[in-house]
Amino acid sequence: MGLEEQLPSGFLLTTVEAVHGYAAKSSLWPVTFGLACCAIEMMATGAGRYDLARFGMEVFRPSPRQADLMIVAGRVSQKMAPILRQVYDQMPNPKWVISMGVCASSGGMFNNYAVVQGVDHIVPVDIYLPGCPPRPEMLMDAIIKLHNQIQHTKMGADLVKENDEREQLALTAEPLIEMKGLLR
Amino acid sequence: MAELPQAVRGFSTTFFTMFRKVNTEQYPEDKDKYPPKPAFHGRHQLNRHPDGLEKCVGCELCAWACPADAIYVEGADNEEGERHSPGERYGVVYQINYLRCILCGLCIEACPTRALTMTNEYELADNSREKLIYEKDDLLAPLMPGMAEAPHAMVAGTTAKDYYEGKVTGATPAQLEEVAAREAAKAAAQAASDAAALEQVADVDALGVAVAGAKSKYAANAKEEALAARATDAGKGGEQ
Repeated sequence: MGLEEQLPSGFLLTTVEAVHGYAAKSSLWPVTFGLACCAIEMMATGAGRYDLARFGMEVFRPSPRQADLMIVAGRVSQKMAPILRQVYDQMPNPKWVISMGVCASSGGMFNNYAVVQGVDHIVPVDIYLPGCPPRPEMLMDAIIKLHNQIQHTKMGADLVKENDEREQLALTAEPLIEMKGLLR
Repeated sequence: MAELPQAVRGFSTTFFTMFRKVNTEQYPEDKDKYPPKPAFHGRHQLNRHPDGLEKCVGCELCAWACPADAIYVEGADNEEGERHSPGERYGVVYQINYLRCILCGLCIEACPTRALTMTNEYELADNSREKLIYEKDDLLAPLMPGMAEAPHAMVAGTTAKDYYEGKVTGATPAQLEEVAAREAAKAAAQAASDAAALEQVADVDALGVAVAGAKSKYAANAKEEALAARATDAGKGGEQ
């Protein structure tokens, strides 16, 4: 990755970015992270009727080091949280997270001490998917929305700059645990 | 060579499967071919009376019924000249957090006026928590032909009871006129404020203020606006 790290930005890189984005989005490899009933719908999405293979992502990798997408499917208990974070840390960059179902996204109806109130307390989430559980079409819709995001991912110096900006925003953002009202 | 017939039989299953009807649903391309069942619980909708007044009376029964605490409602009194629903009260704030909502339908069972129902729309995924709190604007049913956008007066000579008995069938000319007059006044006010803003810019130029100075001022404004927007986002939903 020599050239694009030296150049600030330009028409050459936009084309490279488009090709890279197309390649990245067409071969997502999800890590197996089914935690509850949402995992049943996730399996159904991978099976013949809905067939995730059409999006180039039928192999659910049991090992995180060969995966670049984590579909957190189900409620994350406090005891599972460090394991989830470890699996996320073991995935190589670039990587993405879909928070599937209301329990993973915000704790859902399990507003209690045993369940993490949203997996975004632990890992950065790219797409939140409501539903309890979401039907396979909803998961595919989330995946297509993620594909759009990946298609427009930047590269090289631009990516570093974007990541710095995002980190600054995240550092000054209000902590999730202090949010009030419906954002709790 | 006794295995050969067995192998042929085995592979013949594979071979003939190629000619069977494909089971896969081509989701994003042919999604209209596989609609959800009509009873499917999708996104909510806040319905309207046939003349465009809202059905929601702000009673909060949906919020009480919700097992996941996903609904937040604030009721308010209908004022004369600012009427949103027939009768006394209407829902001034209506929010559903789709990251809590489990689409169980207890809220629509609880609704006494059939104001809240569920559609078959299911494509809800988004990239932030804030965007998945749907406000009243996102949930209100679209205006059908013959409806006038609330707030406006009730049909002359009717009571709230007439609305619930289905005696009101559409907006009357008087109601349409009222709404048209309000829209015209709003447009005029917008035009006036735009003109004022333009004049201000012209004044700044006339005073000979350096462009750089003006730019930094606008930048400061934009920053303030962004901060204010963030503050409202963070306070979304209010204290429950």
